[in-house]
Amino acid sequence: MAGIKIAGVSKIYAGGVKAVNSVSIDIADGEFIVLVGPSGCGKSTLLRMVAGLEAISEGEVSIGGKVVNRMEPAERDIAMVFQNYALYPHMTVYQNLAYGLKNRGTPKAEIDARVAEAARMLEITQYLERKPRALSGGQRQRVAMGRAIVRKPAAFLFDEPLSNLDAKLRVSMRGEIKRLQRRLGTTSIYVTHDQLEAMTLADRLVVLNGGRIEQIGSPLEVYHAPASTFVASFIGSPAMNLVAGEIHGNRLAIGPALIDLAGAPPASGAVTVGLRAEDLRLAHEGETVLPMTVDYVEELGAQRLVHGLVGDQMLTASMPTDMVIGESLSLTIDQDRLHFFSASDGKRIGSGTNVATDKTTAAVETA
Amino acid sequence: MAGPPFLCPDQSGRGSMDTKKTTFNNRLLPYLLLAPQLFITLVFFIWPAAQAVKSSFEREDPFGLSTAFVGLLHYQRLFEDPNYLDALSRTAVFAVSVTALSMLLGLAFAASVDRLVRSGKVYTTLLVWPYAVAPVVAGVLWWFLFNSSTGLMPFFLEKIGIDWDHDLNGTQAMILIIIAAAWKQVSYNFLFFLAGLQSVPQSLMEAAAIDGSGPVKRFFNISLPLLSPTTFFLFIINVNYTMFDTFPIVDATTVGGPAQATTTLVYKVYQDGYLGLNLGSSSAQSVLLMLIVMVLTFVQFRYVERRVQY
Repeated sequence: MAGIKIAGVSKIYAGGVKAVNSVSIDIADGEFIVLVGPSGCGKSTLLRMVAGLEAISEGEVSIGGKVVNRMEPAERDIAMVFQNYALYPHMTVYQNLAYGLKNRGTPKAEIDARVAEAARMLEITQYLERKPRALSGGQRQRVAMGRAIVRKPAAFLFDEPLSNLDAKLRVSMRGEIKRLQRRLGTTSIYVTHDQLEAMTLADRLVVLNGGRIEQIGSPLEVYHAPASTFVASFIGSPAMNLVAGEIHGNRLAIGPALIDLAGAPPASGAVTVGLRAEDLRLAHEGETVLPMTVDYVEELGAQRLVHGLVGDQMLTASMPTDMVIGESLSLTIDQDRLHFFSASDGKRIGSGTNVATDKTTAAVETA
Repeated sequence: MAGPPFLCPDQSGRGSMDTKKTTFNNRLLPYLLLAPQLFITLVFFIWPAAQAVKSSFEREDPFGLSTAFVGLLHYQRLFEDPNYLDALSRTAVFAVSVTALSMLLGLAFAASVDRLVRSGKVYTTLLVWPYAVAPVVAGVLWWFLFNSSTGLMPFFLEKIGIDWDHDLNGTQAMILIIIAAAWKQVSYNFLFFLAGLQSVPQSLMEAAAIDGSGPVKRFFNISLPLLSPTTFFLFIINVNYTMFDTFPIVDATTVGGPAQATTTLVYKVYQDGYLGLNLGSSSAQSVLLMLIVMVLTFVQFRYVERRVQY
């Protein structure tokens, strides 16, 4: 058990390309950290630098207080689960699980005991004598997990471990990984491009973009107070609506709609306004109205997504399923649900959703 | 639990072999397309082989004027002929040595080149070069290198106290043809081993590295077992090569001598038939040689293939 400290780590490839740009993350003992971002954002490279599979160009990685920059992967006391599982095809499941222990000179009796324990935990006991090719995708995934847990390492590293599974299995394996990590209490770093996976697994999310950290925070913090338009559009489904607005005095103009802002406006002039689809609701009598021309409706069963135009800007609103939707809707949004971002660099302006953030912190603590 | 098995991604990274099926509208066209190859095979392989089988049961005078059926006489005589039995054991020594040497060297070179990132292509080109050299030229090349009066190697060997003269010393002559024959085959083995090593998924090596296995251990625990189909294939190819295709090398370096010390089975076929004009015995020998290779290949497939990891 150990914390991991990533301090100012960069990866610079020949030719000066910076795949990872001075990233610093402090990971507490037992914490589940998810690195999330689009492909090419450097999340896998960062993980591989922690694992020792890539050289660290700049900065320092320490695991359990020891700087590991110059250590071989085997000496770092980590275990990794690969995207394609990387099971040894010529070894049985038992041999796959035992290989790492055998290499470290663990006594045979202890290997047997640990493999049996891991197999029981993952319910793969009946497959121990099989070769990986005789297993289904989900079973291979479990064996890959088993290979990581038998070693009882200081940290688990997951490199998109669920992306080769079909959607249904992915959801159930996601739950199992979370449960297993809770039970073992092992510090974990998990890389994914799937924001839903990131939200559900993480104690803390690290959103990466272009090799830099955009935001670090609990899933709900990131969801309710995205630090930039990038995070706002990446986390959450449907993606947050980002529209151009303008603040004059106390009034925010979005297309034809004017919203009165109570209190001091966070900025003036052109801003990017973020509105979550589920924060938009039908306006009651006398409320500020965002008039939307309905374009098309997506029925998702529990929820219904209405896509349309406000002025000339696309907007998506989540509407209850029991109402009739005509050609236009009168929408409104509570002022504390508005997100403001700088129109020039996309960074968040002000806290905006203080209320919501406070609520989520409370929710996290009670959970 | 478990998802439907047909959704499993191929975890070895090697795609499943889906053969494409082409449908011909004209039923004759496939046969027409095969015809040239079949014709060549028939005329240059099947027909001469059949002729060899036929003439192995016959006695023919050197001018081909009279032919008589003699049954298994040639075969019977061969097994009573100490020269033939010697050639048989010599061939075994030669085949085992050449196969072992060329496969080990090919694997060693492949493993070294596989570790290189950028310069690998240059080494690959250089290492494949000997394969393009004609066997006779290869033989002459080694003959020059080891020539007892003008060669470079005997000059150096003399300094460490070895008196090299493959014209007089039968063991040295055998070593010479083994080196020459293996040298030509290393390229081939190298190429296949390299391709095999490069198709071992990188993530397996990384997983093994995290599992605490060093580069040498990884090679023996992961790469080598995964190479077993390649090794098996090369083993058969190499045995066939040493049995049949090494004639030019023997002919260009030692001419089977001294005192028959390098007369392998295939060279004896040539000596007895072409030089000695004993066509019947020569035919019987080539039929036996073919049978030996067939049996070896069968045994390999039957017993070795079981141990191969696909």
